[in-house]
Amino acid sequence: MSEITTSELDRRTLLRRAAAVGLVATPGVSFLSACAGSSGDGGDTKQATGTKSADNPLGIDPKAGVEIVIFDGGLGTKYATDVDTPLFNRKWPDAKITYSATQQVATTIKPRLNAGNAPDMINNSGTDLMDFGAIVKAGQAADLSDLFAAPSLDIPGKTVAETLVPGAVQQGTYDGKPYAVNYSFTVFGLWYNRKLFEKNGWTVPTTWADFTALLDKIKAAGITPFGYAGANAPYYMVRAIMTSAAKIGTEQVLKDIDNLKPGAWTNDAVFKAAQAWGEIGTKYIDKSYLGLKHTEVQLQQNQDKLAFYPCGSWLENEQAASTPPTFEYAMMAYPGVTASDQLPATAINAAAGEIYFAAAKSKNPQGGKEYLRTMLSKEAAVEFTKLTKSLTVVAGAADGLTISPGLTSANEALSKAGKDVFMGYLFDTWYKKLDDASREAANQLMFKGGDAKKFCDTMEAASRAVAKDSSITKFDRS
Amino acid sequence: MRHGKYPFIIGFLVVPLALYLTFVVGAYLQMFQLSLTDWSGYGAFRYVGLDNFAKLWDDSVFWIALRHNLYILIGMPIVTIGFSLFLAFLLNVGGRSGGGGPRGVRGSKVYRIVYFFPQLLALPIVAVIFGRVFGSDRSGMINGLLPDSWSPRLFLADERWALVCIAVVLIWQQVGFYVVLFSAGMGSIGQEIYEAAALDGATKITLFFRITLPLLWDTLQVAWVYLGIAAFDLFALVNIISVNKGGPNNATQVLSYQIFLNAFQNSQAGYASAIGVVLFFLTLTFAALTLRVTRRDAAQA
Repeated sequence: MSEITTSELDRRTLLRRAAAVGLVATPGVSFLSACAGSSGDGGDTKQATGTKSADNPLGIDPKAGVEIVIFDGGLGTKYATDVDTPLFNRKWPDAKITYSATQQVATTIKPRLNAGNAPDMINNSGTDLMDFGAIVKAGQAADLSDLFAAPSLDIPGKTVAETLVPGAVQQGTYDGKPYAVNYSFTVFGLWYNRKLFEKNGWTVPTTWADFTALLDKIKAAGITPFGYAGANAPYYMVRAIMTSAAKIGTEQVLKDIDNLKPGAWTNDAVFKAAQAWGEIGTKYIDKSYLGLKHTEVQLQQNQDKLAFYPCGSWLENEQAASTPPTFEYAMMAYPGVTASDQLPATAINAAAGEIYFAAAKSKNPQGGKEYLRTMLSKEAAVEFTKLTKSLTVVAGAADGLTISPGLTSANEALSKAGKDVFMGYLFDTWYKKLDDASREAANQLMFKGGDAKKFCDTMEAASRAVAKDSSITKFDRS
Repeated sequence: MRHGKYPFIIGFLVVPLALYLTFVVGAYLQMFQLSLTDWSGYGAFRYVGLDNFAKLWDDSVFWIALRHNLYILIGMPIVTIGFSLFLAFLLNVGGRSGGGGPRGVRGSKVYRIVYFFPQLLALPIVAVIFGRVFGSDRSGMINGLLPDSWSPRLFLADERWALVCIAVVLIWQQVGFYVVLFSAGMGSIGQEIYEAAALDGATKITLFFRITLPLLWDTLQVAWVYLGIAAFDLFALVNIISVNKGGPNNATQVLSYQIFLNAFQNSQAGYASAIGVVLFFLTLTFAALTLRVTRRDAAQA
């Protein structure tokens, strides 16, 4: 041994030579290999099928196993293990369900998709979710047309599609074909503490003038009137700006944006919405929120240091552990922006979310779809809402349930909106680059001076760049 | 002479080298291949020649990221090495010289261990801790210590300072390792050299520049290459503590994070591979240049 240590090949020289030939890994690059599996289509997997019948509309093989993967996040996994799987097995006792849960969806699923060995049903969610547009483009998601046309499991006389809230199928539709079940139903609005507002005699505003007058009062009371987390939740703010733009100029404004129509972002409605919100940013935001994460800002709201927080109806459940008894979540629709708004102030943006899909190249895609049909039954939907305090896309499934105050308030806002419930936009899932750009632009608008023209121009340029990039798959909606 | 040395070494290296070839070199080769494709990360791809590189040329964010990597490459090693050298010198030679040659300052053994602590923490943990230290409201440690009359500093949320904050974290984590590395180097410098110099009336500063630094040159070179490679990385820090994905306004964007965003968020694995290829050559060029520029006749101890 001593011969080695005393030789010219001592430790330092070895290290140095190693570095010189690049043996010390070039940073950041090696993790690319993590996703570079077999690039083939793996299309020769033998897929299980059975005979179609009235009782078996999707034609599954009753004895073939079904593998499902659930994201273990804010919704938990109990609804899958304790509700959906037993329900599935009640009808198909011989089909063995292989269940697993993960927080790393892309990390665990992506290599399997590329290897042609996908699970049959996948819940694509969380921070490590896969770009679903790219999955569709790569032919990895099964066409769900037959699922939506199949009769509902327990709502007689209706197809699965007919049991869902309007827009639910559309939300998972790519170029005219449905590929995803967006299972949970989220209502977006401004969240506040009902008890704090009652104590101070503050009333819910419907016009922008009332809104800013209330923000002034709140400010005078020593509370930050409005805020959101700039560090990781600027898309909450994007949602607010887009909702206001839709109120000014109808949902068509958002459709144009999704379709990358030239001038969609410099549209007058977008400009006016950005202008109104930019002013809120200049006058009523705490600048330090730019550096905070969503849980930190949400905690400040729970401590009554912040009055209004723009968010979706998952907020109440997410904060359940941090909400003191003096705090009761309530939600209001975004106020109307101008006197000539084309949608009423009660209009609400509500959207299906949380993607579940059947893999096209798994062993038993039909089994995966049958599992989805089980999830979309009324019985499963009711239990899901009870367990997760979230609404589902199964229409009316929550009716008659005793639900939490925040969700009740969201439900009320929905019924007040009537027919003026709109799905919103899809550019954030279709074009991740545009999504990133919108987050940064919203932060700039709200924290750096409220320049609405800059917001519009930046986003228009980003949209142009996506439109002319041939490597990005384009989608259309109407 | 030294018969049988190489078979002995090779015997030890075969297995690691095989693993290395498969999982590192293999992955690199695949990256070179993928950089010529339009692979999204899912399913099939087609070859598009050098399109990805042409796109890089026009990508303003790529240039911003590259610039940031170069800032860190220039600034961070200088500060880290300077600071580590200073501390190591104090620990080894900086104390009062008694009869038995040079020695470290009082308690140097304890310091040596304490300085090494940050190195024991995984980088993501360090990042999470410093995310709290640099918190932009009063709950952030530094802002919590500021007088109430000051408005909270934004640190990571301030475009001018965000990258500096990240560099500070990296330096904090690295210094301990280099203190130990340089200490080991200084330990191998013969005591009699210092004694002789001290007898001739050399000051501490003279000792440092005339004896320590020249005899430590090899170690410094290694340190420089290592720190340079670390300067090209920064992924974990940026991913965990930067505001809004390398923000605000791309102020903390770096190449490794661009690779991550493009490969895993934007589904442009081919494009991300092209950035990877650029990064590979940058790092290689840097290592080669450093070794060439700093080459000098080894001072024999």
